[in-house]
Amino acid sequence: MAPLPDWATLAPTLLLALTALVLLVIDSISPHTKNRNLLAGTTLVGTLAALAAAAGLLVTGTGTDGGISIYGGQLIVDGMSLFFTVIFTSVAALVTLASYDYLAGETEQAEYYALVMLATTGMALMASAGSLAVVFVSFELLSLPSYALVAFMKDNRGSVEASLKYLLIGALSSSILLYGISLVYGVTGGLLFETVAENVQNSGLTGMLGIGVLMVLGGFAFKTASVPFHFWAPEAYEGAPGPISAFLSSASKAAGFVVAFRVFTMAFGLDIVSSVDWVLAFQVLAVVTMTLGNFAAATQDNVKRMLAYSSIGQAGYVLIGLAALGGGQNALVLGMSMTHLLVYGFMNTGAFLFIALAEHWEVGRTFEDYNGLGSQAPIACAAMSVFMLSLAGIPLGGGFLSKYFLFGAAVGAGFWWLAGIAIINSVLSLYYYLRVVRALWFEDANGERTIESYPLGLYTAVVAAAVVTVLLIPAFGFVSQPAVDAAAALF
Amino acid sequence: MIIELLLAFCLVGAVVVFVLPDEYAPMGALAASLFPLVTSLVMWFDFDGSGNAFLAGGDLAYETMVQWISLGPYAINWHVGVDGISMPLVVLATLLTTLAILTAWTPIDERRSQFYGLMLLLEAGLLGVFVALDFFAWLVFWEVVLVPMYMLIGVWGGPRRKYAAVKFFVYTNLATLVMFLGFMALVFGLGDSVSTLDMPAITQAIRAGELGSLAGVAPGTIKTVAFIAMFAGFAVKVPIVPVHTWLPDAHVEAPTPASVMLAGVLLKMGTYALLRFNFTMLPDVAAELAPFIALLAAVSVIYGAMLALAQQDLKRIVAYSSISSMGFVILGLIAYTEYGLGGATFQMISHGLLSGLLFACVGVIYNTTHTRMVGDMSGLADRMPVTTGMFVAGSFGYMGLPFMAGFMGEYFIFQGAFAADFAGSMVFTAVSMFGIVIVAGYFLYAMQRTLFGEYRLETDYQVGRAAVHDIVPLAVLVVFVIVLGTAPNIFFDMITDAVGPMLGGGL
Repeated sequence: MAPLPDWATLAPTLLLALTALVLLVIDSISPHTKNRNLLAGTTLVGTLAALAAAAGLLVTGTGTDGGISIYGGQLIVDGMSLFFTVIFTSVAALVTLASYDYLAGETEQAEYYALVMLATTGMALMASAGSLAVVFVSFELLSLPSYALVAFMKDNRGSVEASLKYLLIGALSSSILLYGISLVYGVTGGLLFETVAENVQNSGLTGMLGIGVLMVLGGFAFKTASVPFHFWAPEAYEGAPGPISAFLSSASKAAGFVVAFRVFTMAFGLDIVSSVDWVLAFQVLAVVTMTLGNFAAATQDNVKRMLAYSSIGQAGYVLIGLAALGGGQNALVLGMSMTHLLVYGFMNTGAFLFIALAEHWEVGRTFEDYNGLGSQAPIACAAMSVFMLSLAGIPLGGGFLSKYFLFGAAVGAGFWWLAGIAIINSVLSLYYYLRVVRALWFEDANGERTIESYPLGLYTAVVAAAVVTVLLIPAFGFVSQPAVDAAAALF
Repeated sequence: MIIELLLAFCLVGAVVVFVLPDEYAPMGALAASLFPLVTSLVMWFDFDGSGNAFLAGGDLAYETMVQWISLGPYAINWHVGVDGISMPLVVLATLLTTLAILTAWTPIDERRSQFYGLMLLLEAGLLGVFVALDFFAWLVFWEVVLVPMYMLIGVWGGPRRKYAAVKFFVYTNLATLVMFLGFMALVFGLGDSVSTLDMPAITQAIRAGELGSLAGVAPGTIKTVAFIAMFAGFAVKVPIVPVHTWLPDAHVEAPTPASVMLAGVLLKMGTYALLRFNFTMLPDVAAELAPFIALLAAVSVIYGAMLALAQQDLKRIVAYSSISSMGFVILGLIAYTEYGLGGATFQMISHGLLSGLLFACVGVIYNTTHTRMVGDMSGLADRMPVTTGMFVAGSFGYMGLPFMAGFMGEYFIFQGAFAADFAGSMVFTAVSMFGIVIVAGYFLYAMQRTLFGEYRLETDYQVGRAAVHDIVPLAVLVVFVIVLGTAPNIFFDMITDAVGPMLGGGL
């Protein structure tokens, strides 16, 4: 068999884009169709095909040794991009499944799914970006559909307001990112990561480069909802439709991380740390993000906001992947961050989808409203308990393993204080995650509530996410190995 | 693969029972619990493991070792197996789960399928702790145990169940963290000489003196600090005075089947871990600290018994009595003689059976009378003769009546502890032995006031004989208690095979 052309390794991204186009074609043939089976089915098939393609390429070892560079290095397909594409498509598949019920009766379903697919395409492109220009374009390809999706419930004032806030902060962050990119371009004379890396070391303009690097970092902090660009996150997650909150907090966040991983390891590299100490910046960012996120989460009364802040806290843990570089365990630390993002992709998506399910049942939003739900919907609540305990780091799901190895790798790299702060935060997080478990199972329901319908898609998505979260314990070696290999290829 | 089968039966059973409709849950759970029970009995009859699995030359039964996770310098294997210490505990766990499921028949009347599903998940976690030989897998199971127990107490418990559940979770989880730091100090101290978290490999490396210094701290200090951290962590689980306060709360609020599991098996995790980690890995530190540990053991025995003496609630009496019984186990461990270590392990089994029996008895009494207060009842023997008989048998077992399991365990421990060669061993043993007198005191006192005398009950409930399904688990436990008391070598030979090699080096 003749070897596949290089561009064929972009198959996952292409399949996602194609699915978006097919959805638009369906919409133009039959405008405002409410045929949920057709639309959700098409999206799911496209997403799963992309997932299968990405997983297949990853398993067959495509892009090991440095990756396949396409279009003169503008795009790179390597282990990391494929690994993250697996995360994005998995989350997108769960979100599609969940949206099936959420969108019942809506008239703009085709647009909704097309926007989700376009955003996923943007994420997949971000994972493969080989130059700062592609980074920016794919960044916008992800952001613009996200703004629209947050405001999808356009009759809901909260939703529209959240979207506006998201749009404004997003536009600001985009311009900061773009300005940072232009400064970096000015210093190094290139946008390709390779060119930047070649010229970045001996440039005389360290100060300007430093500002540029910091501004680029700011752009990523926005996408990953890290402090100080996190303000949009709780609002947007609360106002957005349930599945979209899940999508933004898991996949979109992972997309922010993958591009940060790539830019900082490939373009800026560890060699410039002596003049522009971005590792220190990430250390500060990690500590502040995890601490602030966890403390804010602990004080919430609204479950969705609690989850939003806790996902900021979780972003702080992932930042360890960049903050603990340079300790001689680079591949392991970064690989563990990637693995944590994968596990997080399932457990966090599942948790937000459970909230979507609760919204569907009109349960209410505060912890008290969740009281006694465990006796009425035991299976969904068992799944939610798995998510909560796994996020907190109790080994009922893969979250325990990924946190354990992430912190362990930080200790191994000599950043024991960073791991110490993370462990303290993690113990603190147990408090508010357990609050959900307590409300679901221990408290008696206040008032009458009957759960009549079990929305098939949403229910399936929640249970599927829980099953994967649990199965990630035995399968942990299977997913962490490619992550470490992919990270090792970057250094 | 039989160990994997054992765990899989529990886990699959847990999922199946969880989704069963409530009315089929009890039968389903009973059926599901029989699979692991039969599997463990098959393992026991076929058992062929000599020596201590953690020491060089120890022979493991049913061992599996496959590569699980391999990351840079860290490798983690799925390594399970049983030796003479874990085998009896595995059988204990499967047996008590089945019996606890039977005792749940009457008291658990809501959300049954969830209850039984959690019981089976708990069983999986407990079995995992006793069979895992890789620290990582062991830690996963160790933590998994917390979740179902937390839920069992918090959902089906008594009036203060939420407080008790949270207290249980916070205490034991924090203890795990302390223990974890201690163990990790050892692993980092070993440096490159061990590249896995395999517990036997780590034990052998430490005993071979491969522990290096860490960040300028001498190996001797690391050992002492690690020993203390691990001891503190496990002491909470045992529990040893003064970190015992979660236990009475958890026991009193827990529903009967959860109490049976908590006292019967969960507390053994602590002593099992002490035996495997502190006493097997660091025998020289144990010898150094022996007088202090023996002091803690003696205090636990006497203080626990005194607290039990002061209680008015039958369940609390049994709960506090666990503290003194587990104190005997610690005394046996620190004696570090063949009889001491063997007796301690044997006492784990016998206390598992006896405390399970007594908690189940109290459960039956409570189901019928709806009170547990000693002052509220009198003369129950007239109305509930069979339950009374079981309660008396259990109490006698606890008091150390010959031909019952408790006697054998305590006898071995005292025999071993008297022969121990740390300073003051005789004094500590003699003081602890006095604990038996107090035990006899409060059990006789409680029995005399509740079971015998004129019938009187200060509630409106009609008191009659307990149902057959309530009596069956009690009867089975009494049979086991007597069998183990008359023929201790069913387990004792197996146990001494495994603890004997520990005495070969170190002390």
